[in-house]
Amino acid sequence: MENRSENKIIITVSGVDRIGIVAKVANILAENQINIEDIKQTIMQDYFVMFLLGDISKAKKSFKEIKECLQKAGEELQMEIWVQKKQIFDNMHNI
Amino acid sequence: MTSFNSDSILETINMIRVHHLDIRTVTLALSLRDCCDTDVKAVGEKIYNKIIKYAKNLTTMAQEIEDEYSIPIINKRIAVTPISLVGESCKNYDYVYLAKVLDKAAQDVGVNFIGGFGALVEKGCTRGDEALIESIPEALAQTERICSSVNVASSKAGINMDAVLKMGKTIKKAAEITADKDGIGAAKLVCFCNVPSDNPFMAGAFHGYGEPECALNVGVSGPGVVRAAIEALPIGTSFDEVANKIKQIAYKITSTGELVGREMAQKMGIPFGIIDLSLAPTPEIGDSVAGIFQAMGLEHAGAHGTTAALAMLNDAVKKGGIMASSHVGGLSGAFIPVSEDAGMIEAATKGCLTFDKLEAMTSVCSVGLDMIAIPGDTSSDTISGIIADEMAIGMINKKTTAVRIIPAPNKKEGDKVVFGGLLGEAPIMSVNKLSCANFVQRGGRIPAPIHSLNN
Repeated sequence: MENRSENKIIITVSGVDRIGIVAKVANILAENQINIEDIKQTIMQDYFVMFLLGDISKAKKSFKEIKECLQKAGEELQMEIWVQKKQIFDNMHNI
Repeated sequence: MTSFNSDSILETINMIRVHHLDIRTVTLALSLRDCCDTDVKAVGEKIYNKIIKYAKNLTTMAQEIEDEYSIPIINKRIAVTPISLVGESCKNYDYVYLAKVLDKAAQDVGVNFIGGFGALVEKGCTRGDEALIESIPEALAQTERICSSVNVASSKAGINMDAVLKMGKTIKKAAEITADKDGIGAAKLVCFCNVPSDNPFMAGAFHGYGEPECALNVGVSGPGVVRAAIEALPIGTSFDEVANKIKQIAYKITSTGELVGREMAQKMGIPFGIIDLSLAPTPEIGDSVAGIFQAMGLEHAGAHGTTAALAMLNDAVKKGGIMASSHVGGLSGAFIPVSEDAGMIEAATKGCLTFDKLEAMTSVCSVGLDMIAIPGDTSSDTISGIIADEMAIGMINKKTTAVRIIPAPNKKEGDKVVFGGLLGEAPIMSVNKLSCANFVQRGGRIPAPIHSLNN
């Protein structure tokens, strides 16, 4: 179960940089038993952008609940947060 | 441990957020062949129950997929067996009643259109086909979600000119009895040559005779993505590179559709059917096929060069998309509806895009004359002439062609019709005023063409 691709999610966070963005997102993931497998952050045209690969195979909540939780955090942080299953990127960008 | 490519993620999000990449439709295709009965009420009951049984989760499942991938699924729809066949076993035909049942079922499962209120009559009509065609205007006027299509020609059978004559009158009447809504009845009615039996797009979607019990068909979209990709190329980039870029984008769009289709079919416990790898515009700014022509270097859709641009676009979309899906079908290619494409509306309003140019473009596009509003006083014979011409293009070139035109009641050239939503709005375009009455009224069939000695 654990390493199956449908359990992988990509979280993309973007907006004006501020203290505590990574902490807040990572905290939500930890609370929900979501393992962070990879993380990358960068500044693009003065905007903070973070990409995070998570594994939800041990999560107690459903994908939908996790997504709602993260999007709520996004509103609080005034950041745009996209939460998507990783398969869409694998399908679109690999032959 | 798996990893990711951040550029790919940003590209995907950008395609969805900025350039309107979406899944245009997930269409449940369903056979109603087992709903026949001698009593029309019994047919209605069987139809209703079967649609509810198979489609009750369609919109919920689509919503789940939308959430998981953050890609909008714009329309959830149903396509059924041509209703002429389903209602033909009844002692007393009542196709308007069956249309109302279909409409109610569609409403109750939350889909915005249900296609298949139609018949395949390229060689001739059965009694049921005739009764159905007769009932089309009333059925469209009394329902909201019904779409109707009639196949009147094919490369193998020729053109059924009796049906063409009949469809001219039917289109005219469908518009007239929905005059209070700019003739919207005609916007949900289409005549075909070489109609595909697995098309997920309205108004021509139906579930053909060679299809399985049910299947999930998907129509993708994304003209805005193609436009943006072409605009990002350096000025003066050659056609070779432009074609390759379109292929790459079409692959990405289609592979997303394939993923959505397979996931959705699995969730619903039904087979995945086909991907219709199309570029389908919407009236939204930036979601326009005409915009792609401008990105290619044409001042507006309709300029000389438009047919060549469309031919290359249509072909490259198919080439790129075909590798991304195991089963491609439907209408696959670039749609050129007028009222549903902001760039086409603008070109038509400015007079840059004429009816005759559109007809030429249909020889290389994915379908045909689509969502074109014409003056309300256009005679049914002239409409039949328009249909005959379009069917001839499809028949000779072995392609699907279609006519969906709206003779807008009480409107003349310079006016416009407004349907709203995906159906959009369109200026009234002028049509040739010369009479073709004595031609279309001859009746009979135009024989199937020879399939060799091509020129």
